[in-house]
Amino acid sequence: MISDAPARQQTSDTAESAAAPSRLSRYARPVLGLLLPVTLALGWELVVWSGWSNGRLVPPPSRIFATITELARSGELVRHITATLWRVSLGFAFGVVAGTLLGAISGYWSLARRLLDPTVQALRAIPSLAWVPLFILWLGIFETSKIALIAVGVFFPVYLGVMGAILSVDRKIVEVGRTFRLSGFAMIRRILLPAVLPAYVVSLRVGLGLGWMFVVAAELIGASEGLGYLLLDGQQLGKPAQILAAIVIFAILGKLTDWLIEIASAPFLRWQDAFSRAKGA
Amino acid sequence: MLALDRVSKTYPNGVEALARFSAEIRQGEIIAIIGGSGCGKSTLLRAIAGLDRASSGTVTLDSEAIASPHAKIGIIFQEPRLLPWLSVADNIGFGLADLPATERRAKVARALERVGLADKAQAWPRELSGGQAQRVAIARALVPQPEVLLLDEPFSALDAFTRRDLQDHLLDLWADTRPTLILVTHDVDEAVVLADRVLVMRPRPGRLFDHIEINLGRPRDRNSPLFETFKRSVLTSLDRSLDRNVPDRDATQGPGQAMWW
Repeated sequence: MISDAPARQQTSDTAESAAAPSRLSRYARPVLGLLLPVTLALGWELVVWSGWSNGRLVPPPSRIFATITELARSGELVRHITATLWRVSLGFAFGVVAGTLLGAISGYWSLARRLLDPTVQALRAIPSLAWVPLFILWLGIFETSKIALIAVGVFFPVYLGVMGAILSVDRKIVEVGRTFRLSGFAMIRRILLPAVLPAYVVSLRVGLGLGWMFVVAAELIGASEGLGYLLLDGQQLGKPAQILAAIVIFAILGKLTDWLIEIASAPFLRWQDAFSRAKGA
Repeated sequence: MLALDRVSKTYPNGVEALARFSAEIRQGEIIAIIGGSGCGKSTLLRAIAGLDRASSGTVTLDSEAIASPHAKIGIIFQEPRLLPWLSVADNIGFGLADLPATERRAKVARALERVGLADKAQAWPRELSGGQAQRVAIARALVPQPEVLLLDEPFSALDAFTRRDLQDHLLDLWADTRPTLILVTHDVDEAVVLADRVLVMRPRPGRLFDHIEINLGRPRDRNSPLFETFKRSVLTSLDRSLDRNVPDRDATQGPGQAMWW
């Protein structure tokens, strides 16, 4: 009883001192991450402003920003972003549907896996850009071939993710489902789907990243609009600010869409015993 | 009544895990199955659960043959095997999906109360200690009110103190509906504390070697001389099942031998 009071005192002390740095780091961490790029940008801005460099090939941030606002004011920017987003969305949708279906089939039925997987793995070994000439011959130079290329890029990580996730579902948990006499469909809905979900979300995010990669490739090859077209146009007309403007917008859109998947899946993954959560990140 | 008639299991690789195991187990009886490793204890349990099919012989519950998991037979594994994406309450209610929601909630609430985890209803399994998780597993198996509950070394992964606690708790829960309990264990102490009858098995191939009635009233005093006597007779039988030299009955036994692997 006597020794109880000081002990409690001590625990409340440590709790407080532990809370203080975590509150600090919540704001300090993003600021730390911004330190390097912001310093570099400001430094370069200063160098150009003071006349040490003309900034023609490497335009300073203010000039990139001016290019973006100019494109936005003329309505060009919206047109290019819409075109690119539309291609990525369609390609992503097709890639995800195909990857999920085939991945689920190969994961669930071992006969289908033996039949299907070697072919898919062989196709995966082909660098996806090698399909471009064929897609153009088959599907023409317009939207269809671009969307097909993006879909191919998205397909493989999703296929592999779904199949791998199903194959690695814990047999012991499946056995719990069996002892409660779950039928095939109930087993999928109540055991397999939730067990597979975390890996599935990861594969969707990887797939989306590849989708953004391939939209650039597709638009560089031949397009009259889209952010990739802005890149190519900037190169051909010698406008580095326009190239960098397109790159910045790619970065923002890529991060934004990835974040959308993350927040959409978060409510379903709260149960995870995740490493990042333990750190309080 | 659960009847096992010459149940045998030979695995595809030719290993004969279980040979002609026969036993009759009355409704409400508590049976402990004990034996050296590889004596087919778990194989037997999985055959009763309907998870694996016996190569020959039959398992019948109230004259109904068991070949696949049955509503009247529940099982608790060595690990809790909770579904990590369901809350504690949803885990307990997992086997009640066919009931209307209100009835299910009431049953789950009662079970949570009964295993002393009412405050953990909305917790995730990852937030539970080992003992708490196993209590949830017990509640999940008991809440559909099985007639037979199988336990495959359910407490072997827990520390000695928690294990004792859960053994008492299990008996307490058993008294509610008095299902048949069939418990596979390595722990002689556990067998004698819980069981009405201890079945000793011998390995290669796994078969029934001996059975020992534990004629002790409940609650049992783990320190009484009679308890010691029963423990010693189980140990002796175990040693014989492995063709070991049987020590003199009166030889002093160290405390380590009570945990028999």
